[in-house]
Amino acid sequence: MAVLLLGEVTDGTLNMDATAKAVTACKPLGDVTILCCGASCSDAAKEAATIEGVAKVLCAENAVYGHRLAEPVAALMVSLAGDYSHIAAPATTDAKNILPRVAALLDVMVLTDVSGIVDADTFERPIYAGNAIQTVKSGDKTKVFSIRTSAFDLAGTGGSASVESLDAAENPGLSEWIEDKVAESDRPDLTSAGIVVSGGRGVGSEENFAIVEKLADKLGAAVGASRAAVDSGYAPNDWQVGQTGKVVAPDLYIAIGISGAIQHLAGMKDSKIIVAINKDEEAPIFQVADYGLIADLFEAVPELESKL
Amino acid sequence: MKVLVPVKRVIDYNVKVRVKADGSGVDLANVKMSMNPFDEIAVEEAIRMKEKGAVEEVIAVSIGVKQAQETLRTALAMGADRAILVVAADDVHQDIEPLAVAKILKAVAEAEGVGMVLCGKQAIDNDMNATGQMLAALLGWSQATFASKIEIEGEEAKVTREVDGGLQTIKVKMPAIVSVDLRLNEPRYASLPNIMKAKKKPLDEKTPADFGVDVTPRLSVVKTTEPEARKAGVMVGSVDELIAKLKDEAGVI
Ligand SMILES: Cc1cc2nc3c(=O)[nH]c(=O)nc-3n(C[C@H](O)[C@H](O)[C@H](O)COP(=O)(O)OP(=O)(O)OC[C@H]3O[C@@H](n4cnc5c(N)ncnc54)[C@H](O)[C@@H]3O)c2cc1C
Ligand SMILES: Cc1cc2nc3c(=O)[nH]c(=O)nc-3n(C[C@H](O)[C@H](O)[C@H](O)COP(=O)(O)OP(=O)(O)OC[C@H]3O[C@@H](n4cnc5c(N)ncnc54)[C@H](O)[C@@H]3O)c2cc1C
Repeated sequence: MAVLLLGEVTDGTLNMDATAKAVTACKPLGDVTILCCGASCSDAAKEAATIEGVAKVLCAENAVYGHRLAEPVAALMVSLAGDYSHIAAPATTDAKNILPRVAALLDVMVLTDVSGIVDADTFERPIYAGNAIQTVKSGDKTKVFSIRTSAFDLAGTGGSASVESLDAAENPGLSEWIEDKVAESDRPDLTSAGIVVSGGRGVGSEENFAIVEKLADKLGAAVGASRAAVDSGYAPNDWQVGQTGKVVAPDLYIAIGISGAIQHLAGMKDSKIIVAINKDEEAPIFQVADYGLIADLFEAVPELESKL
Repeated sequence: MKVLVPVKRVIDYNVKVRVKADGSGVDLANVKMSMNPFDEIAVEEAIRMKEKGAVEEVIAVSIGVKQAQETLRTALAMGADRAILVVAADDVHQDIEPLAVAKILKAVAEAEGVGMVLCGKQAIDNDMNATGQMLAALLGWSQATFASKIEIEGEEAKVTREVDGGLQTIKVKMPAIVSVDLRLNEPRYASLPNIMKAKKKPLDEKTPADFGVDVTPRLSVVKTTEPEARKAGVMVGSVDELIAKLKDEAGVI
């Protein structure tokens, strides 16, 4: 058995956290080959080759893969599929975009957000916003799945797999990249941060969100938000935590002015320690919190920040 | 141009699901079912395109049990022109896999000659986030997933997508599949007169066999379990107490 794992490469840089956690998930299934593709990706490929347990790295450096458009990347993966029993990727928005296309082209099902691998055919994944865990067995010849990275440990580095260059596969030429709007930030990445401080509708405005960000910066934390906070324009979309946003499992998650709707809990309830600060003692967030503080966030959060 | 909008009947997002004690699945008996929230957004977008004159006809389609008629009537009440129900299951607990759904949708899209399919980014029951992408692959069409803005410009569509890093804008050739995210629009409520009118709009019934599609699942469910419960926490009385707990008890700061 052999696994083709799509490495998470953005603008030439490897997302080590997501890729190395995905390697941990895939290793028990067989030899792991990482595919890196991008307009420039040789550095990313070299870095991927250092992940422990990787057998080989394939590097497809070509302008058509510049922005990881689904159609050309799926075509490339399908052209390689014959050699592998499993095709996987960390469950990032890129992989969620690409993998189902790969699966359909191979006439197999896709399994998304796999949180546990039982054996070569059997996988666990959360359904209903994480309110149930389903164990499924696949009868397909090739298993295509994305990996919920927060459920797996980071693989070590120190390996030295070989790196092989690949020519580009055919480009279906159906789409074209126009622009990315990416907010630059010195904060840690939301999905891999050790501490996440999130604000909800209770924070009240974009200006007030500075209270949340200040606490985060004091703790060296990433900043998250509820959907209500994003919809109201207090925070950008890529901060959203939840069923339809990012899934995080940090050592410490601090929820500020967030009620704890199931869709929000879906994205954070596997955090090690959860702190909730809310003025409503009935808020459902307190049911999952390790430490709950019933308080007005406008008093408690600045106090917390100043005393740390 | 005709637009096809696949709508799925799912457990209402406000319902707390219960896992059946025997591990066979989730209890769907007597729970409130609604249109998948993402699909309401897709229907709304299609109707707005029609109101702007970019689209001539909006066709809603659902694949599943007979009761999905209600979901289609909701789409018609919002403003879709007609509906197609593909009855593929008798038991409400039986769900059709995205690959089979995509094969049926492909046949419908081809038979109707649609120029665009607007679907939800994910169904909130199985959270697969797969159907649109699979359909695009089967049709050999372009795909733009997780859309928060769609502009049709002649033979192309310019779509802004919500991605991990922020927002990405791409241009796709038509015909295209676009899957919609939550911030694309706010769906309207159907008015009473429109609900009445919707009862008279055409709703065709088909079966997967009409399209020559085999819906036999590729995946089989071994078991369904409750996630591990978190152990009960404590309430703290002050910020000082919170800091002490985080330092001494949890050791996380
Ligand atoms: C299909 C679908 C998908 C969704 N996906 C997501 C998702 O991915 N992520 C997500 O977060 N949501 C998601 N939602 C939305 C979710 O259902 C909730 O609406 C949302 O999480 C609520 O956000 P909130 O807790 O910030 O706001 P609210 O529920 O309005 O809660 C605000 C909280 O702030 C508290 N508060 C107010 N003022 C103060 C104060 N001064 N001090 C202290 N506390 C205060 C209040 O007591 C209240 O508990 C989704 C919904 C749907 C239908
Ligand atoms: C663990 C597991 C076990 C499963 N076991 C079985 C099984 O035993 N038997 C079985 O038959 N299936 C089974 N399935 C298939 C599964 O239940 C769902 O059919 C599949 O996951 C659907 O995914 P989704 O609805 O989340 O689609 P998504 O890809 O998330 O849906 C995206 C969009 O596609 C459109 N769409 C999706 N489905 C429909 C539809 N039916 N009608 C109209 N539009 C639609 C909507 O626009 C929707 O917003 C299983 C799936 C999983 C994950």
